[in-house]
Amino acid sequence: MSFFAQFDFSVIAPSLPFLWEGLKFTAKLTLIAMAGGIFLGTLLALARLSSIAPLAMAATWYVNLMRSIPLLMVILWFFLIIPLLTGKPMGAETSAIITFTAFEAAYFSEIMRAGIQSVPRGQVFAGQAIGMTYWQTMSYVVLPQAFRNMLPVLLTQTIILFQDTSLVYAIGAKDLLKAAEIAGKNYGRPIEMYVFVALVYFLICFALSRLVKHFQARTAIIR
Amino acid sequence: MIQIDNISKWYGQFRVLTDCSTHVTKGEVVVVCGPSGSGKSTLIKCVNGLEPFQQGDIIVNAISIGDPKTNLPQLRAHVGMVFQHFELFPHMSITQNLTIGQVKVLGRGKEEAQQRALKLLDRVGLSSQADKFPGQLSGGQQQRVALARALAMDPICMLFDEPTSALDPEMINEVLDVMVQLAQEGMTMMVVTHEMGFARKVADRVIFMDNGSIIEDAATEEFFGTPRSERAQIFLSKILSH
Ligand SMILES: Nc1ncnc2c1ncn2[C@@H]1O[C@H](COP(=O)(O)OP(=O)(O)OP(=O)(O)O)[C@@H](O)[C@H]1O
Ligand SMILES: [Mg+2]
Repeated sequence: MSFFAQFDFSVIAPSLPFLWEGLKFTAKLTLIAMAGGIFLGTLLALARLSSIAPLAMAATWYVNLMRSIPLLMVILWFFLIIPLLTGKPMGAETSAIITFTAFEAAYFSEIMRAGIQSVPRGQVFAGQAIGMTYWQTMSYVVLPQAFRNMLPVLLTQTIILFQDTSLVYAIGAKDLLKAAEIAGKNYGRPIEMYVFVALVYFLICFALSRLVKHFQARTAIIR
Repeated sequence: MIQIDNISKWYGQFRVLTDCSTHVTKGEVVVVCGPSGSGKSTLIKCVNGLEPFQQGDIIVNAISIGDPKTNLPQLRAHVGMVFQHFELFPHMSITQNLTIGQVKVLGRGKEEAQQRALKLLDRVGLSSQADKFPGQLSGGQQQRVALARALAMDPICMLFDEPTSALDPEMINEVLDVMVQLAQEGMTMMVVTHEMGFARKVADRVIFMDNGSIIEDAATEEFFGTPRSERAQIFLSKILSH
Protein backbone atom coordinates (compact mmCIF):
# COMPACT_ATOMS: atom_id res chain seq x y z
CA MET A 1 0.00 0.00 0.00
CA SER A 2 1.44 3.36 -1.01
CA PHE A 3 1.88 6.22 1.45
CA PHE A 4 -0.92 8.30 0.00
CA ALA A 5 -3.39 5.47 -0.14
CA GLN A 6 -3.61 5.57 3.64
CA PHE A 7 -5.34 8.93 3.47
CA ASP A 8 -8.94 9.68 2.71
CA PHE A 9 -9.44 13.34 1.81
CA SER A 10 -13.07 12.75 0.86
CA VAL A 11 -13.98 13.60 4.48
CA ILE A 12 -13.08 17.24 3.87
CA ALA A 13 -16.05 18.14 1.69
CA PRO A 14 -18.80 17.15 4.17
CA SER A 15 -16.99 18.96 7.02
CA LEU A 16 -16.65 22.24 5.12
CA PRO A 17 -19.72 23.96 6.62
CA PHE A 18 -18.47 23.06 10.10
CA LEU A 19 -14.93 24.25 9.37
CA TRP A 20 -16.40 27.43 7.89
CA GLU A 21 -17.98 28.24 11.27
CA GLY A 22 -14.56 27.83 12.87
CA LEU A 23 -12.92 30.03 10.26
CA LYS A 24 -15.57 32.67 10.85
CA PHE A 25 -14.62 32.88 14.52
CA THR A 26 -10.91 32.96 13.67
CA ALA A 27 -11.58 35.85 11.29
CA LYS A 28 -13.76 37.65 13.81
CA LEU A 29 -11.14 37.29 16.52
CA THR A 30 -8.39 38.50 14.19
CA LEU A 31 -10.34 41.54 13.01
CA ILE A 32 -11.54 42.61 16.44
CA ALA A 33 -8.12 42.13 18.02
CA MET A 34 -6.54 44.03 15.14
CA ALA A 35 -8.93 47.00 15.26
CA GLY A 36 -9.08 47.07 19.06
CA GLY A 37 -5.35 46.43 19.35
CA ILE A 38 -4.45 49.25 16.98
CA PHE A 39 -6.86 51.63 18.74
CA LEU A 40 -5.67 50.80 22.25
CA GLY A 41 -2.09 50.49 21.01
CA THR A 42 -2.24 54.01 19.61
CA LEU A 43 -3.51 55.35 22.94
CA LEU A 44 -0.73 53.43 24.72
CA ALA A 45 1.84 54.87 22.33
CA LEU A 46 0.57 58.40 22.93
CA ALA A 47 0.69 57.76 26.66
CA ARG A 48 4.27 56.48 26.46
CA LEU A 49 5.34 59.54 24.50
CA SER A 50 3.44 61.98 26.70
CA SER A 51 5.18 64.38 29.04
CA ILE A 52 2.96 63.31 31.92
CA ALA A 53 5.38 61.02 33.75
CA PRO A 54 2.94 58.72 35.63
CA LEU A 55 0.97 58.13 32.44
CA ALA A 56 4.11 57.33 30.44
CA MET A 57 5.32 55.02 33.18
CA ALA A 58 2.05 53.12 33.48
CA ALA A 59 1.89 52.60 29.72
CA THR A 60 5.53 51.48 29.54
CA TRP A 61 4.93 49.08 32.39
CA TYR A 62 1.87 47.57 30.73
CA VAL A 63 3.57 47.14 27.36
CA ASN A 64 6.68 45.55 28.85
CA LEU A 65 4.63 43.23 31.02
CA MET A 66 2.52 41.98 28.10
CA ARG A 67 5.57 41.53 25.94
CA SER A 68 7.37 39.43 28.50
CA ILE A 69 4.63 36.85 29.12
CA PRO A 70 3.91 34.09 26.58
CA LEU A 71 0.56 34.66 24.91
CA LEU A 72 -0.66 31.20 25.80
CA MET A 73 -0.20 31.99 29.49
CA VAL A 74 -2.16 35.21 29.19
CA ILE A 75 -4.98 33.38 27.44
CA LEU A 76 -5.14 30.69 30.10
CA TRP A 77 -4.77 33.00 33.07
CA PHE A 78 -7.39 35.42 31.89
CA PHE A 79 -9.82 32.60 31.18
CA LEU A 80 -9.27 31.06 34.61
CA ILE A 81 -9.03 34.20 36.74
CA ILE A 82 -11.95 36.28 35.48
CA PRO A 83 -14.62 33.84 36.73
CA LEU A 84 -12.89 33.86 40.12
CA LEU A 85 -12.94 37.66 40.25
CA THR A 86 -16.44 38.26 38.92
CA GLY A 87 -18.09 35.11 40.18
CA LYS A 88 -19.52 34.55 36.72
CA PRO A 89 -18.10 32.24 34.09
CA MET A 90 -17.08 33.90 30.85
CA GLY A 91 -17.46 32.20 27.48
CA ALA A 92 -14.23 31.04 25.87
CA GLU A 93 -14.92 33.17 22.79
CA THR A 94 -15.49 36.40 24.73
CA SER A 95 -12.50 35.69 26.89
CA ALA A 96 -10.36 35.09 23.80
CA ILE A 97 -11.45 38.35 22.17
CA ILE A 98 -10.66 40.42 25.28
CA THR A 99 -7.33 38.72 25.87
CA PHE A 100 -6.15 39.09 22.30
CA THR A 101 -7.16 42.74 22.09
CA ALA A 102 -5.35 43.56 25.34
CA PHE A 103 -2.29 41.54 24.37
CA GLU A 104 -1.98 42.76 20.79
CA ALA A 105 -2.39 46.36 21.98
CA ALA A 106 1.08 46.08 23.52
CA TYR A 107 2.63 45.02 20.22
CA PHE A 108 0.68 47.48 18.10
CA SER A 109 1.65 50.25 20.52
CA GLU A 110 5.32 49.65 19.80
CA ILE A 111 4.62 49.90 16.09
CA MET A 112 2.56 53.06 16.48
CA ARG A 113 5.21 54.57 18.74
CA ALA A 114 7.82 54.07 16.03
CA GLY A 115 5.33 55.49 13.54
CA ILE A 116 4.67 58.61 15.60
CA GLN A 117 8.38 59.15 16.05
CA SER A 118 8.90 58.82 12.31
CA VAL A 119 6.87 62.00 11.80
CA PRO A 120 9.22 65.00 11.93
CA ARG A 121 8.83 67.35 14.89
CA GLY A 122 8.29 70.25 12.51
CA GLN A 123 4.94 68.72 11.57
CA VAL A 124 3.77 69.01 15.17
CA PHE A 125 4.94 72.65 15.24
CA ALA A 126 3.09 73.30 11.98
CA GLY A 127 -0.14 71.87 13.37
CA GLN A 128 0.18 73.79 16.59
CA ALA A 129 1.12 76.98 14.76
CA ILE A 130 -2.26 77.11 13.01
CA GLY A 131 -3.96 76.75 16.37
CA MET A 132 -4.53 73.01 16.59
CA THR A 133 -4.83 71.50 20.05
CA TYR A 134 -2.83 68.43 21.07
CA TRP A 135 -5.61 66.08 19.99
CA GLN A 136 -6.22 67.89 16.71
CA THR A 137 -2.52 67.84 15.89
CA MET A 138 -2.42 64.13 16.63
CA SER A 139 -5.56 63.16 14.75
CA TYR A 140 -5.16 65.32 11.64
CA VAL A 141 -1.41 65.64 11.27
CA VAL A 142 0.66 63.07 13.15
CA LEU A 143 -1.37 59.87 13.34
CA PRO A 144 -2.45 59.73 9.68
CA GLN A 145 1.21 59.97 8.66
CA ALA A 146 2.32 57.54 11.36
CA PHE A 147 -0.34 55.10 10.23
CA ARG A 148 0.66 55.31 6.59
CA ASN A 149 4.34 54.92 7.36
CA MET A 150 3.59 51.84 9.44
CA LEU A 151 0.88 50.20 7.33
CA PRO A 152 3.08 47.33 6.08
CA VAL A 153 4.32 46.62 9.61
CA LEU A 154 0.79 46.78 11.04
CA LEU A 155 -0.34 44.26 8.43
CA THR A 156 2.61 41.99 9.15
CA GLN A 157 1.72 42.05 12.84
CA THR A 158 -1.87 41.18 11.85
CA ILE A 159 -0.61 38.11 9.99
CA ILE A 160 1.22 36.99 13.13
CA LEU A 161 -1.94 37.71 15.11
CA PHE A 162 -3.99 35.63 12.69
CA GLN A 163 -1.67 32.68 13.19
CA ASP A 164 -1.60 33.16 16.95
CA THR A 165 -5.38 32.99 17.20
CA SER A 166 -5.01 29.21 16.91
CA LEU A 167 -3.82 29.30 20.54
CA VAL A 168 -7.39 29.83 21.75
CA TYR A 169 -7.71 26.13 21.07
CA ALA A 170 -6.27 25.80 24.59
CA ILE A 171 -9.39 27.22 26.24
CA GLY A 172 -11.76 25.43 23.91
CA ALA A 173 -12.90 28.40 21.83
CA LYS A 174 -14.23 27.10 18.52
CA ASP A 175 -11.85 28.55 15.99
CA LEU A 176 -10.69 26.98 12.76
CA LEU A 177 -8.17 24.69 14.47
CA LYS A 178 -10.69 23.51 17.08
CA ALA A 179 -13.25 22.84 14.37
CA ALA A 180 -10.69 20.75 12.50
CA GLU A 181 -9.95 18.79 15.63
CA ILE A 182 -13.64 18.04 16.23
CA ALA A 183 -14.28 17.12 12.59
CA GLY A 184 -11.17 14.95 12.54
CA LYS A 185 -12.41 13.05 15.57
CA ASN A 186 -15.89 12.61 14.13
CA TYR A 187 -14.62 11.08 10.93
CA GLY A 188 -11.66 9.34 12.54
CA ARG A 189 -9.45 11.25 10.08
CA PRO A 190 -7.48 13.84 12.15
CA ILE A 191 -4.42 13.98 9.86
CA GLU A 192 -6.44 14.85 6.77
CA MET A 193 -8.23 17.60 8.68
CA TYR A 194 -5.01 19.09 10.05
CA VAL A 195 -3.39 19.02 6.63
CA PHE A 196 -6.38 20.77 5.16
CA VAL A 197 -6.54 23.57 7.76
CA ALA A 198 -2.79 24.04 7.55
CA LEU A 199 -3.32 24.70 3.87
CA VAL A 200 -6.07 27.20 4.68
CA TYR A 201 -3.84 29.06 7.17
CA PHE A 202 -1.05 29.08 4.64
CA LEU A 203 -3.15 30.43 1.79
CA ILE A 204 -4.64 33.23 3.88
CA CYS A 205 -1.24 34.25 5.25
CA PHE A 206 0.26 34.11 1.79
CA ALA A 207 -2.45 36.34 0.37
CA LEU A 208 -2.02 38.81 3.24
CA SER A 209 1.73 38.95 2.80
CA ARG A 210 1.25 39.75 -0.87
CA LEU A 211 -0.96 42.61 0.27
CA VAL A 212 1.86 43.84 2.53
CA LYS A 213 4.22 43.90 -0.46
CA HIS A 214 1.66 45.83 -2.44
CA PHE A 215 1.33 48.44 0.33
CA GLN A 216 5.07 48.70 0.81
CA ALA A 217 5.35 49.77 -2.77
CA ARG A 218 2.41 52.14 -2.69
CA THR A 219 2.10 53.93 0.62
CA ALA A 220 5.39 55.75 0.93
CA ILE A 221 4.34 59.39 1.20
CA ILE A 222 5.98 61.62 -1.34
CA ARG A 223 7.88 64.30 0.53
CA MET B 1 1.48 93.92 19.12
CA ILE B 2 4.41 91.73 20.20
CA GLN B 3 6.13 92.71 23.42
CA ILE B 4 9.08 90.59 24.51
CA ASP B 5 10.10 91.33 28.11
CA ASN B 6 13.38 90.02 29.42
CA ILE B 7 12.89 86.42 28.44
CA SER B 8 15.45 83.75 29.23
CA LYS B 9 15.38 80.12 28.28
CA TRP B 10 17.47 77.12 29.23
CA TYR B 11 17.86 73.68 27.69
CA GLY B 12 18.91 71.89 30.85
CA GLN B 13 22.08 73.68 31.96
CA PHE B 14 22.55 75.41 28.62
CA ARG B 15 21.24 78.97 28.43
CA VAL B 16 19.85 79.54 24.91
CA LEU B 17 18.29 82.96 25.47
CA THR B 18 19.52 85.63 27.86
CA ASP B 19 17.27 88.53 28.85
CA CYS B 20 15.88 89.23 25.40
CA SER B 21 13.61 92.25 25.10
CA THR B 22 12.06 93.98 22.15
CA HIS B 23 8.81 95.34 20.88
CA VAL B 24 7.08 94.99 17.54
CA THR B 25 4.29 97.50 17.02
CA LYS B 26 1.32 97.05 14.72
CA GLY B 27 2.28 97.21 11.07
CA GLU B 28 5.96 97.04 11.82
CA VAL B 29 8.38 94.69 10.04
CA VAL B 30 11.30 93.52 12.15
CA VAL B 31 14.11 91.39 10.79
CA VAL B 32 16.11 89.17 13.15
CA CYS B 33 19.57 88.06 12.09
CA GLY B 34 22.66 86.61 13.66
CA PRO B 35 25.08 83.71 13.37
CA SER B 36 23.98 80.08 13.42
CA GLY B 37 23.10 78.85 16.88
CA SER B 38 22.54 82.34 18.25
CA GLY B 39 18.95 81.52 19.28
CA LYS B 40 16.92 83.17 16.52
CA SER B 41 14.66 80.16 15.90
CA THR B 42 14.24 79.63 19.61
CA LEU B 43 13.26 83.26 20.16
CA ILE B 44 10.68 83.30 17.38
CA LYS B 45 9.20 79.99 18.54
CA CYS B 46 8.80 81.49 22.01
CA VAL B 47 6.62 84.25 20.56
CA ASN B 48 3.74 81.87 19.83
CA GLY B 49 4.59 79.53 22.68
CA LEU B 50 5.87 76.64 20.55
CA GLU B 51 8.89 76.69 22.85
CA PRO B 52 8.39 77.36 26.55
CA PHE B 53 10.66 79.85 28.35
CA GLN B 54 11.56 80.00 32.01
CA GLN B 55 11.91 83.71 32.69
CA GLY B 56 10.29 86.93 31.54
CA ASP B 57 7.13 87.17 29.48
CA ILE B 58 5.88 87.80 25.98
CA ILE B 59 2.68 89.70 25.39
CA VAL B 60 1.00 89.17 22.02
CA ASN B 61 -2.04 91.29 21.29
CA ALA B 62 -2.48 91.94 25.03
CA ILE B 63 -2.31 88.22 25.89
CA SER B 64 0.48 86.80 28.03
CA ILE B 65 2.25 83.79 26.51
CA GLY B 66 3.91 82.87 29.80
CA ASP B 67 0.65 82.76 31.74
CA PRO B 68 -0.27 79.07 32.20
CA LYS B 69 -3.95 80.04 32.00
CA THR B 70 -3.58 81.36 28.45
CA ASN B 71 -5.27 79.26 25.80
CA LEU B 72 -2.26 78.94 23.52
CA PRO B 73 -3.98 77.12 20.63
CA GLN B 74 -6.57 79.89 20.46
CA LEU B 75 -3.85 82.53 20.36
CA ARG B 76 -1.74 80.67 17.79
CA ALA B 77 -4.72 80.43 15.47
CA HIS B 78 -4.22 84.15 14.80
CA VAL B 79 -0.44 84.27 14.77
CA GLY B 80 0.80 82.99 11.43
CA MET B 81 4.06 81.11 11.22
CA VAL B 82 6.22 80.06 8.28
CA PHE B 83 9.02 77.57 8.78
CA GLN B 84 12.38 76.99 7.17
CA HIS B 85 11.34 73.58 5.87
CA PHE B 86 7.78 74.57 4.87
CA GLU B 87 6.17 71.82 6.95
CA LEU B 88 3.18 71.38 4.70
CA PHE B 89 1.09 68.35 5.60
CA PRO B 90 2.35 65.80 3.06
CA HIS B 91 -0.73 63.55 3.26
CA MET B 92 -3.13 66.34 2.29
CA SER B 93 -3.71 68.09 -1.01
CA ILE B 94 -2.69 71.73 -1.32
CA THR B 95 -6.29 72.83 -0.84
CA GLN B 96 -6.71 70.61 2.21
CA ASN B 97 -3.54 72.12 3.66
CA LEU B 98 -5.21 75.50 3.41
CA THR B 99 -8.65 74.49 4.66
CA ILE B 100 -7.91 72.15 7.57
CA GLY B 101 -7.12 74.96 10.02
CA GLN B 102 -10.00 77.10 8.87
CA VAL B 103 -12.48 74.27 9.29
CA LYS B 104 -11.16 72.48 12.38
CA VAL B 105 -9.74 75.44 14.30
CA LEU B 106 -11.78 78.46 13.21
CA GLY B 107 -14.96 76.46 12.63
CA ARG B 108 -15.58 77.88 9.15
CA GLY B 109 -17.85 76.07 6.74
CA LYS B 110 -16.22 73.87 4.09
CA GLU B 111 -17.46 76.06 1.24
CA GLU B 112 -16.20 79.27 2.74
CA ALA B 113 -12.84 77.72 3.62
CA GLN B 114 -12.48 76.37 0.11
CA GLN B 115 -13.14 79.75 -1.44
CA ARG B 116 -10.71 81.49 0.88
CA ALA B 117 -8.11 78.83 0.04
CA LEU B 118 -8.52 79.31 -3.71
CA LYS B 119 -8.33 83.08 -3.36
CA LEU B 120 -5.07 82.83 -1.42
CA LEU B 121 -3.61 80.29 -3.83
CA ASP B 122 -4.40 82.71 -6.60
CA ARG B 123 -2.65 85.44 -4.66
CA VAL B 124 0.56 83.43 -4.35
CA GLY B 125 0.24 82.40 -8.00
CA LEU B 126 -0.54 78.73 -7.46
CA SER B 127 -4.20 78.26 -8.40
CA SER B 128 -3.27 75.58 -10.88
CA GLN B 129 -1.67 73.46 -8.15
CA ALA B 130 -4.75 73.29 -5.90
CA ASP B 131 -5.32 69.56 -6.24
CA LYS B 132 -1.71 68.46 -6.13
CA PHE B 133 0.16 67.18 -3.09
CA PRO B 134 3.07 69.01 -1.43
CA GLY B 135 5.59 66.44 -2.64
CA GLN B 136 4.74 67.31 -6.24
CA LEU B 137 5.69 70.99 -5.82
CA SER B 138 9.05 72.73 -5.92
CA GLY B 139 10.50 74.19 -2.73
CA GLY B 140 9.54 77.72 -3.68
CA GLN B 141 6.01 76.67 -4.49
CA GLN B 142 5.72 74.76 -1.22
CA GLN B 143 6.85 77.77 0.75
CA ARG B 144 4.28 79.96 -1.00
CA VAL B 145 1.62 77.41 -0.09
CA ALA B 146 2.85 77.51 3.51
CA LEU B 147 2.47 81.29 3.42
CA ALA B 148 -1.04 80.95 2.07
CA ARG B 149 -1.84 78.37 4.76
CA ALA B 150 -0.86 80.86 7.45
CA LEU B 151 -2.77 83.69 5.77
CA ALA B 152 -5.90 81.55 5.52
CA MET B 153 -6.24 81.89 9.29
CA ASP B 154 -6.48 85.70 8.99
CA PRO B 155 -3.47 86.29 11.22
CA ILE B 156 -2.96 89.52 13.15
CA CYS B 157 0.79 89.11 12.75
CA MET B 158 3.22 86.75 11.03
CA LEU B 159 6.37 85.02 12.22
CA PHE B 160 8.97 83.71 9.77
CA ASP B 161 11.89 81.43 10.59
CA GLU B 162 14.39 81.58 7.73
CA PRO B 163 11.69 81.14 5.09
CA THR B 164 14.12 81.14 2.17
CA SER B 165 17.23 79.46 3.52
CA ALA B 166 16.20 75.96 2.42
CA LEU B 167 15.46 77.14 -1.12
CA ASP B 168 17.50 77.01 -4.29
CA PRO B 169 18.70 80.52 -5.16
CA GLU B 170 16.40 80.85 -8.15
CA MET B 171 13.36 80.25 -5.97
CA ILE B 172 14.16 82.71 -3.21
CA ASN B 173 12.67 85.70 -4.96
CA GLU B 174 9.28 84.16 -5.66
CA VAL B 175 8.87 83.77 -1.89
CA LEU B 176 10.39 87.12 -0.98
CA ASP B 177 8.09 88.87 -3.45
CA VAL B 178 5.04 87.59 -1.60
CA MET B 179 6.58 88.64 1.71
CA VAL B 180 7.40 92.13 0.44
CA GLN B 181 3.87 92.53 -0.78
CA LEU B 182 2.55 91.41 2.58
CA ALA B 183 4.80 93.89 4.38
CA GLN B 184 3.67 96.69 2.14
CA GLU B 185 0.06 95.88 2.90
CA GLY B 186 0.79 96.62 6.53
CA MET B 187 1.13 93.14 8.01
CA THR B 188 2.98 93.03 11.32
CA MET B 189 5.96 90.75 10.71
CA MET B 190 8.86 89.31 12.65
CA VAL B 191 11.25 87.69 10.21
CA VAL B 192 14.34 85.64 10.94
CA THR B 193 16.35 85.90 7.73
CA HIS B 194 19.75 86.57 6.27
CA GLU B 195 18.25 88.18 3.19
CA MET B 196 19.63 91.64 3.74
CA GLY B 197 18.09 92.89 0.51
CA PHE B 198 14.69 92.10 1.96
CA ALA B 199 15.62 93.77 5.24
CA ARG B 200 16.74 96.96 3.47
CA LYS B 201 13.63 97.06 1.35
CA VAL B 202 10.86 96.55 3.91
CA ALA B 203 12.20 96.24 7.44
CA ASP B 204 11.57 99.03 9.91
CA ARG B 205 14.06 97.60 12.36
CA VAL B 206 16.81 95.00 12.42
CA ILE B 207 17.66 92.92 15.47
CA PHE B 208 21.04 91.27 15.68
CA MET B 209 21.46 88.29 18.00
CA ASP B 210 24.55 86.52 19.20
CA ASN B 211 24.93 83.84 21.86
CA GLY B 212 21.32 84.07 22.93
CA SER B 213 21.32 87.81 23.49
CA ILE B 214 19.97 90.70 21.49
CA ILE B 215 23.13 92.69 20.74
CA GLU B 216 21.67 95.27 18.46
CA ASP B 217 18.15 96.54 17.90
CA ALA B 218 18.16 99.47 15.54
CA ALA B 219 16.23 101.21 12.79
CA THR B 220 17.13 99.69 9.44
CA GLU B 221 19.14 102.62 8.01
CA GLU B 222 20.99 102.92 11.26
CA PHE B 223 21.83 99.21 11.33
CA PHE B 224 23.17 99.14 7.80
CA GLY B 225 24.86 102.50 8.27
CA THR B 226 26.97 101.90 11.32
CA PRO B 227 26.17 98.94 13.51
CA ARG B 228 27.31 99.81 16.99
CA SER B 229 28.69 96.42 17.97
CA GLU B 230 31.78 94.92 16.47
CA ARG B 231 30.17 91.49 16.19
CA ALA B 232 27.32 92.87 14.11
CA GLN B 233 29.82 94.61 11.85
CA ILE B 234 31.74 91.39 11.30
CA PHE B 235 28.54 89.48 10.70
CA LEU B 236 27.28 92.06 8.20
CA SER B 237 30.52 92.14 6.26
CA LYS B 238 30.45 88.35 5.96
CA ILE B 239 26.81 88.25 4.87
CA LEU B 240 27.05 91.14 2.43
CA SER B 241 30.21 89.86 0.76
CA HIS B 242 28.28 86.82 -0.53
N1 LIG C 1 15.93 70.95 21.65
C1 LIG C 1 17.14 71.47 21.97
N2 LIG C 1 17.85 70.95 22.99
C2 LIG C 1 19.06 71.46 23.32
N3 LIG C 1 19.63 72.48 22.69
C3 LIG C 1 18.98 73.05 21.66
C4 LIG C 1 17.70 72.57 21.24
N4 LIG C 1 17.29 73.31 20.19
C5 LIG C 1 18.27 74.21 19.98
N5 LIG C 1 19.27 74.06 20.85
C6 LIG C 1 20.50 74.88 20.92
O1 LIG C 1 20.11 76.20 21.16
C7 LIG C 1 20.93 77.11 20.43
C8 LIG C 1 20.08 78.04 19.63
O2 LIG C 1 19.41 77.30 18.61
P1 LIG C 1 18.53 78.00 17.50
O3 LIG C 1 17.99 76.95 16.64
O4 LIG C 1 17.56 78.91 18.16
O5 LIG C 1 19.61 78.86 16.73
P2 LIG C 1 19.44 79.68 15.40
O6 LIG C 1 19.93 81.03 15.70
O7 LIG C 1 18.07 79.55 14.89
O8 LIG C 1 20.46 78.96 14.44
P3 LIG C 1 20.34 78.63 12.88
O9 LIG C 1 20.76 79.84 12.15
O10 LIG C 1 21.32 77.50 12.70
O11 LIG C 1 18.94 78.23 12.59
C9 LIG C 1 21.87 76.26 19.61
O12 LIG C 1 23.13 76.23 20.25
C10 LIG C 1 21.24 74.90 19.61
O13 LIG C 1 22.23 73.90 19.57
MG1 LIG D 1 17.21 78.60 13.15
